[in-house]
Amino acid sequence: MKPVAGTNAVGLTNNQSTLSWLMQLAVPVATLIAFGVHLLFAKNAPPLETHSYILLFWEILGVSIVLAIAQTFWAGLRQWMRHMWPIFTAAILLLGVWDAITLGFHLLPLPYFPGPAAVLRSLISDRALLLDSTWHSLVLLLSGYTLGVIVGLISGVCIGWSSSVRYWGMPLLKVVGPIPATAWIPFSMVVAPSAIVSAAGLIALAVWFPVTMLTASGVSNTRASYLDVARTLGAGRAYLIFRVAIPAAVPNIFIGLFMGLGASFLTLVVAETVGVKSGLGWYVSWAQGWAEYGKVFAALVIMAAFFSTIMTLLFKLRDRVLVWQKGMIKW
Amino acid sequence: MVTRNVVAASALRVQEVRKSFAVPDAPGTMRLVLDSISFSVAAAELVSLIGPSGCGKSTLLRLIAGLDFPDAGKLLVGEEKILGPKAERGLVFQDPNLFPWLTVRRNIEAGLVARGVLQEKRTEVDEFMRLVGLEAFANSYPHHLSGGMAQRVALARALINHPKVLLLDEPLGALDAFTRMRMQDEVLRLWENRRTTMLLVTHDIDEAIYMSDRILIITPAPGRIDRKIDIELMRPRDRTSESFLRLRSEILEHLDLAGKTTANASA
Repeated sequence: MKPVAGTNAVGLTNNQSTLSWLMQLAVPVATLIAFGVHLLFAKNAPPLETHSYILLFWEILGVSIVLAIAQTFWAGLRQWMRHMWPIFTAAILLLGVWDAITLGFHLLPLPYFPGPAAVLRSLISDRALLLDSTWHSLVLLLSGYTLGVIVGLISGVCIGWSSSVRYWGMPLLKVVGPIPATAWIPFSMVVAPSAIVSAAGLIALAVWFPVTMLTASGVSNTRASYLDVARTLGAGRAYLIFRVAIPAAVPNIFIGLFMGLGASFLTLVVAETVGVKSGLGWYVSWAQGWAEYGKVFAALVIMAAFFSTIMTLLFKLRDRVLVWQKGMIKW
Repeated sequence: MVTRNVVAASALRVQEVRKSFAVPDAPGTMRLVLDSISFSVAAAELVSLIGPSGCGKSTLLRLIAGLDFPDAGKLLVGEEKILGPKAERGLVFQDPNLFPWLTVRRNIEAGLVARGVLQEKRTEVDEFMRLVGLEAFANSYPHHLSGGMAQRVALARALINHPKVLLLDEPLGALDAFTRMRMQDEVLRLWENRRTTMLLVTHDIDEAIYMSDRILIITPAPGRIDRKIDIELMRPRDRTSESFLRLRSEILEHLDLAGKTTANASA
């Protein structure tokens, strides 16, 4: 993620005391271009819809100019801008392209593909419900994920450590595990007392499989010499499991956690679409039912931010836990 | 006379030990790896086992460590039979095998944690880190250490349990020649400092002569003790002295490795 010392994404050297004019002007100019595109086509759209979008342009313009001034005496900010500005510029220009395709030339059919202004307006006008849906999704996701991880770690360690548990457990894992958790929906809705519990159970199931698989393989592939050394140091079984096999399996376990997280997002959205009456998945299908595609896109924007934030947090956790690997392995 | 005294005070006794392994390529057949091995090591003695690779040296060490069991024969530490791995028999491999997820300090502590005595013996951790000169690296992770440093941590980790016997399985085999010689002195210093009984497996003849009180030469297929040589050179030893070199060529000749003259003689 960090820029390579001495160069950056566009190959400019870092030892300047200020950003080049090109870099300083990139974001404001891109904003003006996207703004211009919007104004050019906005006459096709109701003025109410474009109000907050225009406001957003002014804000970006203002902030980018302030930052361009601030970076002349703040090296940390300059470093950050040097790295982030090219991608910001591209993102803003992309908004202009989106505007041109939808509002401008009607290349994509309405109402299915609203322009950025309409999406922004939905985002703002329906913020209370969106926030509430995000909160419900978060609670459901975390409860299902946590449950799946706990059960997965326990079953993974048992399967990985004990050959008799492996003998009986592995076939079950291999047969049942690959079934997508969402395929259990008809069944889980009958068994579980409520749609929420059923959804949490499905998410847990989706997470459980990869976490178990990767934990088991990590534990059973612990280097034999680590175990030998520990035994000659006087280690008993508890030490061998909890202080040798499990720490040795942690890199693998994290792969399982990442795979499980991806599976949990998918299961969450599907479960919310078909059973649960709250959350972002429900919101998308509800908005679609009313043909409010601006709201559908708004929910997708929130989902993108929501899921990638959770993913980033897991990456941060991994970097912290696996600090002993730093320099040993390139991520 | 000398032998009797040694047996009386021996820390480790190996009696008529045999060990065979199944041959992976030919199911049902067994390969005899160790055949009637007998020797004893006195308390505070440093004995080397040398021999070509595949002669069963490492297998013997694993039997003494309790990580494997003999088909026949007896292994005793003091008067006690070896029934499994125990902290009284430390083992250091060629690969230091430090736990990569623990810092240097926590690696050295591992034995105390494993035995549940960290609380009362915490002060010893500092003592052992000083002993191997790694105080400055207490909080480093193993992958930041050089080979020699990592092996010093491994030695400290094994020694903190005050083992009656320290088993060294080619501990310096992976080091470059310079580090290796420095580490030989380091191990000798630890040995003199702790008076620990040491059994060193090596295939470096110079190392064996430089370090040990006694050398046991093992011949392969199946592994047998072929010869026992007492090294009576004064310590610290001079690698270039005449008596050192004489011992060296004696052992080389014994192993048929001396070079041209012996090759011709045997041919």
